[in-house]
Amino acid sequence: MSAGASGRGRSRRTGATLARRLAAAAALAGVLAGAVAWLNLRGDAHFAQADSTVAPTPALVARGAYLARVGNCAGCHTAPGGAAYAGGRGIDTPFGTVYAGNLTPDNATGLGAWTAGDFWRALHNGRSRDGRLLYPAFPYPDLTQTTREDSDALFAYLRTLPAVAQPARPHALRWPFDSTVALALWRALYFRPGVFEPDPARSAQWNRGAYLVRGLGHCAACHAPRNALGATRDAQALGGGAIPMQGWVAPSLSDDAEAGVRHWAPEDVAALLRTGVSPRGTALGPMAQVVMRSTQHLDDADLRAMVAYLQSLPADTAARAAAPAPDPASMARGRRLYDDHCADCHGTQGQGAAGAYPALAGNRSVTMASPANVVRVIVEGGFAPATAGHPRPYGMPPFGQSLQRDEIADVATYVRNAWGTQAGAVRELDVIDVR
Amino acid sequence: MRVAARHLALGLLLAASLRPGLAAPPPHRVPDTLAQRVQACTPCHGAQGVATRDGYFPRIAGKPDGYLYRQLLNFRDGRRQNPAMARLVENLTDAYLQEIAAHFAALDLPHEPPPMRAAPAAESARGAQIVRQGDAARRLPACAACHGAAMTGVAPDVPGLLGLPRDYLIAQLGAWRTGLRRAHAPDCMADIARRLPEPDIAAVATYLSQQPMPRDPRPAKALPEPMPLACGVAAR
Repeated sequence: MSAGASGRGRSRRTGATLARRLAAAAALAGVLAGAVAWLNLRGDAHFAQADSTVAPTPALVARGAYLARVGNCAGCHTAPGGAAYAGGRGIDTPFGTVYAGNLTPDNATGLGAWTAGDFWRALHNGRSRDGRLLYPAFPYPDLTQTTREDSDALFAYLRTLPAVAQPARPHALRWPFDSTVALALWRALYFRPGVFEPDPARSAQWNRGAYLVRGLGHCAACHAPRNALGATRDAQALGGGAIPMQGWVAPSLSDDAEAGVRHWAPEDVAALLRTGVSPRGTALGPMAQVVMRSTQHLDDADLRAMVAYLQSLPADTAARAAAPAPDPASMARGRRLYDDHCADCHGTQGQGAAGAYPALAGNRSVTMASPANVVRVIVEGGFAPATAGHPRPYGMPPFGQSLQRDEIADVATYVRNAWGTQAGAVRELDVIDVR
Repeated sequence: MRVAARHLALGLLLAASLRPGLAAPPPHRVPDTLAQRVQACTPCHGAQGVATRDGYFPRIAGKPDGYLYRQLLNFRDGRRQNPAMARLVENLTDAYLQEIAAHFAALDLPHEPPPMRAAPAAESARGAQIVRQGDAARRLPACAACHGAAMTGVAPDVPGLLGLPRDYLIAQLGAWRTGLRRAHAPDCMADIARRLPEPDIAAVATYLSQQPMPRDPRPAKALPEPMPLACGVAAR
């Protein structure tokens, strides 16, 4: 009896404890949810009333067209062969595929019903007109720095496009990344709406370059490392990183052994961004697209500003691990392959041919720590972009069709370690990773 | 002392030969020609634009320039699916692609036949029948009605069908059937491929790949009769 009574008492006590704990957990969850919601919503209140009354003058529209190129909006929002800015292109991410939206002024499927304020909220705060959170494949963590004036110009330009009825394709994301809760948590952790704050100690030109690089240019979307949840880390340092799902590595823009340009002649940096080729290297892969669609269209002042800013990035002085010395037999095989397949264009000593083929000796795309890019170029080949300043580029064949994996590893090893550089061996496994 | 100096000199010489920049290699020059620029195409399509050994890559030399140009656009703009081709042409302009197409169209046709495979006589005969007469029951016009009596194509838009590997021909007809390969509407080849049963696709490909190049391998300038069906051609 007493045991039973005492048992009931214990269970009553346990029940009370459980209830208290549940209540505490619920309260904690409520506070967290409130915090996440607040982190997602702050700064949103003024969007409703702060709508633009700026008239879409031809000058504003032209400015918007220019800025759309600076931001390479078409890179994602125009599908290959599709109508301009009508969306539909899939952006592969480690979490699934995100489909770019329709930016044309179609009422039902595009931005037809949007106001300039709605558009700014998307750009600045990553929220759609209906309040939906947007996935950060749309690089609003960078675009948030865009000024309201530039946002209005972009919007004015987009309003002038032919309306295209093309419904947004639903994203194909894996659970739990497809849930609003996951996205809200991600934003609470990694996204802060921001405005570009000029550095008064720097020149107007430097500040303009910083604004373009950090904001609309969204260079950090590729040139900054990402964490396991896909958030860029230390975006302003532009320390480079693997481009998700593309198999390319965006080199560090602050490392002299990668793509840091502190010691380049400014005109060489400008030439690379404007024409796709320079005496120091050639843009291939994803950067070729950036030059083709975006940076070749920069006006002189903006181009110079971007160059000045990139040249001012603090040097990354992290020590690199010494590269393992290559196997002499692999070097010998690589040299034979080089002489047979590469020397006609790149020269017997990797010196390149001015105006046509880049030098490989001392070329940092070849010698950077990761061999991914040089292997990918050997496998896939490619053309430099056909820009207005360099309209008839020379092409490189895709050797993935004709060379075996071990041969590609040998020739990559050779070009990384011949001619006075010691960039380390490339293994067959590195080639398999790329193919 | 003198020995030491000699060793030092030798050492410096060795160091100089190992350091880049100290002894700059002689400048390397390449021809400023389109042929040099399109070296990117030759490992697969051959230096002269011929089909290559592995039996898949098509010849491109001597095909009509309008046809080649549109195929380059199709790869770039996603109407034909070949990732290797799409990557190569992704950042090239219409004007440059037109120039590249004209370059290969102007090349003399090679006379080396593509790899052939022995086939049952009945298969070749069925192929010949479709190519020459078509199949009225399936509303299939003869291939020759559009691609020319000599099957060498018609300038500027209709490609020749000879000198192509059998596997390539089968893959193209198959891709048209499934919608992987497309052309501008009306997509006449898609309609035709959908009316061709699989054995007939194989038969047509076998027969075509067995035909030698005629003495004059150039595309015809015009067809004797209007084409039996409408085919879309994008504005050039």
